[in-house]
Amino acid sequence: MPIQWMKDMDAALGEARSRKRPLFVDFNAAPM
Amino acid sequence: MADYITNNFLTVKIHVKEQAATFKRFDVKWTPTLMVLDHDGAVRHRFEGFLPPEDFLSQLHLGLAHAAFAREQWEDAERRYRETVDRFPKADVAPEALYWSGVSRYKATGHPDALGETDRELKQKSPASTWAKKSSPWAA
Repeated sequence: MPIQWMKDMDAALGEARSRKRPLFVDFNAAPM
Repeated sequence: MADYITNNFLTVKIHVKEQAATFKRFDVKWTPTLMVLDHDGAVRHRFEGFLPPEDFLSQLHLGLAHAAFAREQWEDAERRYRETVDRFPKADVAPEALYWSGVSRYKATGHPDALGETDRELKQKSPASTWAKKSSPWAA
């Protein structure tokens, strides 16, 4: 299954808290 | 690898140009920087730079083990650290995971034997590692 990446850190933190899931965060400089 | 990540994490990509403020908020100075955050937002593991897939995966395993340790879930932490060692015996993180598996077992049981056994295993498997030096005081 392809990874579904969120882009909003605050939204991700909120979802992590409500679902009690850890976050994996990729800080990158990939070509846009 | 994608399955492991999807099954165990919510995933976020933060781009240096689009989200500079988030880079600053998390004090990120280089890319790639990868982080494992607990569900309460605490950073539990962080690593920088490219890694081949097995080493990369071993870092994520270590990160989840650190998260369990930080929550004082000693048995879960020990299981995760041990799983990291067993699944990635040649990875750079293996000695570190072994060290913390011993600490977790000690925290869970209160038995100092856990530390001595860990020291012996580190001396056997990774004698030149920093973690074998760190465990030296535990030698029986």
